[in-house]
Amino acid sequence: MSLFDIFRKRTTAPVARDRLQVLLAHERSVIGKSDLIAVLQEEILAVIARHISVDRDAVQIKLDRGASFSTLEIDVEVPLDAKMKKPATGAGVPASV
Amino acid sequence: MGKVLVVTSGKGGVGKTTSTAALGAALARGGENVVVIDFDVGLRNLDLVMGAERRVVFDLINVVQGDAKLAQALIRDKRIDTLSLLPASQTRDKDALTIEGVDKVIAELKEKFDWVICDSPAGIERGALLAMRNADLAVVVTNPEVSSVRDSDRIIGMLDSKTLKAERGERIEKFLLVTRYDPQRAARNEMLKVEDVLEILSIPLLGIIPESEEVLKASNVGAPVTLNNPNSAPSKAYFDAARRLKGETVEVVVPMDRKGFMGRLFGRRVA
Ligand SMILES: Nc1ncnc2c1ncn2[C@@H]1O[C@H](COP(=O)(O)OP(=O)(O)OP(=O)(O)O)[C@@H](O)[C@H]1O
Ligand SMILES: [Mg+2]
Repeated sequence: MSLFDIFRKRTTAPVARDRLQVLLAHERSVIGKSDLIAVLQEEILAVIARHISVDRDAVQIKLDRGASFSTLEIDVEVPLDAKMKKPATGAGVPASV
Repeated sequence: MGKVLVVTSGKGGVGKTTSTAALGAALARGGENVVVIDFDVGLRNLDLVMGAERRVVFDLINVVQGDAKLAQALIRDKRIDTLSLLPASQTRDKDALTIEGVDKVIAELKEKFDWVICDSPAGIERGALLAMRNADLAVVVTNPEVSSVRDSDRIIGMLDSKTLKAERGERIEKFLLVTRYDPQRAARNEMLKVEDVLEILSIPLLGIIPESEEVLKASNVGAPVTLNNPNSAPSKAYFDAARRLKGETVEVVVPMDRKGFMGRLFGRRVA
């Protein structure tokens, strides 16, 4: 462990900065819903989360623009102990209690 | 059947979200089954204070609108498994919360949890009313300062008239939680005395939470202060307050953090 690590451990502000950077990068892209990727990210995440328990970092989406076509890359990290959730109602249908 | 507790204040920034997380975690640590709900639609922060911001997928509005089941939106705390969070939406319009929807969600939560703790948004508008509507008990968070006390008085009036309990002619239990209390400034007579605040608002005292840097440290790392540093002064005060909520009689003291060198020097100079 370097001196720097010791210093980092004892202070909490760097942790706060890191947490905010991750969170705000995400929120800025989602709020206003201008960005296609952000919309896809949210909706794909929602679909997956309906069936298995995942954190929001588990779904990564990338759009590579090529000359004649673009590829959409969806990377979903499924935890080893992923549990199948009970089937849920779809959007718009009131959940039964 | 669980109890519904609203943490409210009228005035913004007095410590509602901090207190919701701290009291929720304190109760959960004592073995109670607790869910904390963020009612601050559009300005959610309880997820950040609890360190669950990266785990939010569905929120209260999704559940109210039937787009997700309650079980899918609840986030179980990684440190204490009797503590859960129901986050607010950050992106949706707050008018998406309907009275019927909120009532239904709270009724469902009361079946599952011993405590349903609602973190109210500031203000006296719709959001604050929705947060307090189903409450059996209310914690009125107040700073010892004139505008905060005035707003608390307003909120107490609303608790007595605008909640379901009040409409049914029942009494809603109200407690005063004085937060950001600075004993040194109180000693110098620069801050309203707790006795004065109590006399003005005349509701029973739940606790006095001292101003402490431990609160900021805990929010930096994303943990309720009662989990991040259970032995700190604000945590002790929150643990005592949680015991009083459960009906125990606990003497009110103002715990103090041990002073560092600077603190001692400063303390001596003003004494
Ligand atoms: N006992 C305390 N000591 C020091 N700082 C505190 C204490 N309690 C709360 N704070 C700080 O005060 C600020 C406001 O707290 P918090 O977000 O809990 O208030 P709030 O009432 O929920 O605000 P809002 O009305 O915006 O929802 C935060 O920066 C928090 O860290
Ligand atoms: Mg708040």
